[in-house]
Amino acid sequence: MKFQQIDQFAAELRADTRAAVYDGSKKGHEKRTKLLFDEYPDPNRLRVLAGQVKQHVIENLDTYLPAVEAKLKANGVIVHWAATADAANETVLKIMRARGATKMVKAKTMVSEETELAHFLEKHGMEALETDLGEFIVQIDHDHPSHIVKPIIHKNRREIATSFEKNGLGAYNDDPQTITRRARQFLRHKYLEADVGLTGGNFISAESGRLVLVTNEGNSRFCLAATKCHIAMVGIEKIVPRDRDLALLLNLLARSGTAQDLTVYTEFISGPKSATQPDGPEEMHVILVDNGRTEVLASDCRDILRCIRCGACLNVCPVYRQASGHAYRSVYPGPVGAVLSPLLMGDRFKEKADLPKASSLCGACQEVCPVNIPIPDLLLRLRDKGKQEGLSSPGTPPMGAWALLASQPLAWKASLIGGRLMNYLPTKLVPVPALRAWEAKRTLPPWRGGEFRKWLHNRPPKT
Amino acid sequence: MSDDREAILGRVRSALAPLTERAALPAYDTEIAVLRQLLANRDPLAVFADRLRGVNGTALTDIPALVKQLREGKWLHGYCDPALWPRLAPHFGPEFEVETVYDRTRVDDYAFGITRAAGGIAELGTVILKDRSTSHRLAALTPWVHVAVFSRAELFVDLPQAIAALGDDPNIIWCTGPSKTADVEGILIEGVHGPGVQIALVLD
Ligand code: SF4
Repeated sequence: MKFQQIDQFAAELRADTRAAVYDGSKKGHEKRTKLLFDEYPDPNRLRVLAGQVKQHVIENLDTYLPAVEAKLKANGVIVHWAATADAANETVLKIMRARGATKMVKAKTMVSEETELAHFLEKHGMEALETDLGEFIVQIDHDHPSHIVKPIIHKNRREIATSFEKNGLGAYNDDPQTITRRARQFLRHKYLEADVGLTGGNFISAESGRLVLVTNEGNSRFCLAATKCHIAMVGIEKIVPRDRDLALLLNLLARSGTAQDLTVYTEFISGPKSATQPDGPEEMHVILVDNGRTEVLASDCRDILRCIRCGACLNVCPVYRQASGHAYRSVYPGPVGAVLSPLLMGDRFKEKADLPKASSLCGACQEVCPVNIPIPDLLLRLRDKGKQEGLSSPGTPPMGAWALLASQPLAWKASLIGGRLMNYLPTKLVPVPALRAWEAKRTLPPWRGGEFRKWLHNRPPKT
Repeated sequence: MSDDREAILGRVRSALAPLTERAALPAYDTEIAVLRQLLANRDPLAVFADRLRGVNGTALTDIPALVKQLREGKWLHGYCDPALWPRLAPHFGPEFEVETVYDRTRVDDYAFGITRAAGGIAELGTVILKDRSTSHRLAALTPWVHVAVFSRAELFVDLPQAIAALGDDPNIIWCTGPSKTADVEGILIEGVHGPGVQIALVLD
């Protein structure tokens, strides 16, 4: 292999896909930063604090999980536990069968992406329809989401219009408004026919057992207004200690994710509908899903479990912007995915051990993370883990020569002189394959080796 | 699955066992997250109206203004919570067809839905719907126009205040502007699954 896997994917990416991902993520990042810094004198204080709250939760999950379970039960919720993806899917299927249900409408949930719930249910004869516009388009296209908040960031309107036409949703029309209206018209009747609404959960409060769901489109609300049974699949790390902590986290989530002060719909659910309410679920289930999280908790990368899935680290990441989400071959792409995805593989860590290497460790991901996860540190730990496990690094340039130079001052000085020669040599002739591969995509700046030493020697003394 | 429960909790306990110290819950004041500058020395209702406008919603303080807006939008057929209708009815002309029973088999018939809200949040332009006071979840969601009616005294100043007042209703939803998406090329489109027009009618 010429490049590392992510680089290889990026090299083959269609230009319009790259442009769509690049523009979408860059714009998202710029809006986020402007909003946070316009509104708060020191947004970093909020991020650090929110990180401490979530770190506290994950380091005390042994007490928080039973506490949440007790609250949920007291609220009239039926609680299930699922150690694996299969167990989670089976639980959903069992609930549906027990009700004689055949139709489900689904809100966007990353856990159900992990478990591939929709496929599983369809295999068992159930209809499981995605209702988030982006996820719906992904579903009819048999595609995969490429961003955790903006699932079709990689698609343009022409592709969407084509698949709408193919799926009988009207003649070709690539006007975004028309596309949205057609989805509205089609989906509203689907909600009303369905018996079960499935959602994830952004937070669960241990204090009250409230499940908090945020969406902009209103699709999760529609699931919970039209159907009679609500199933929520929630990762075990989604707990917050108290309701008041939601004030901090909700403010950060929307601003970091989509540069909004608050998501349009923020729903607090603590059980089946009230007795006087004609619409909505009479039965509510929460499935607490592990699916590899306890292994992450046991590792020295447990901080990644703070993640509130805002997508800010994807938007800011120079690698994500160039490579797009599918390059990560995982449900979770970008910096969060480079840490979480290999860990969630468990014994099969090896298959995704290359992901932590696809980073320049620039640190931008931690700077934007609303829960201040030290992603660059975690990436380094995972690189080390790969090394300890003796995994090879296909496509990674050999660094032996570099290590030698960097540890031998005389060799280093000699190389500086050699480097200067490079300015006069066409780089095509340089016999280092890694350098040539690098050069295929970029132009090398002129060699200026030795400048730093000069500067260091000549700098004015400190006053 | 009860085996899964034991398996998960067992693994959580053994994962945490080696930690010599556990991160403490930091003490903090939720004030840190409040946009206090925005609220300082201003009438909360004025802030609410500004903030709702900022997310393309509208705050109204009298019934004739609501009727005018519905008429101008040609939204003439809709639903109104029967508890609110006696107060609103005198302002609606004969061109309107208003039903006080919501029929879910005719979702496309209702251009507007007028329902009771439990309050609002000035800081964000949010309206609060609680299950016990909302006559129909669907009536607040399926029509193109949603009108949320609450009284000025029910307006919270900031988000932490509204959190503190969540109470024991089993379902509370905060709606901040019309339903929207930017999934297609990042272009903002309103009225995806829920209302494309969000109005708050704040009465004395
Ligand atoms: S790691 Fe942080 S920035 Fe990235 S998605 Fe999670 S919370 Fe957001």
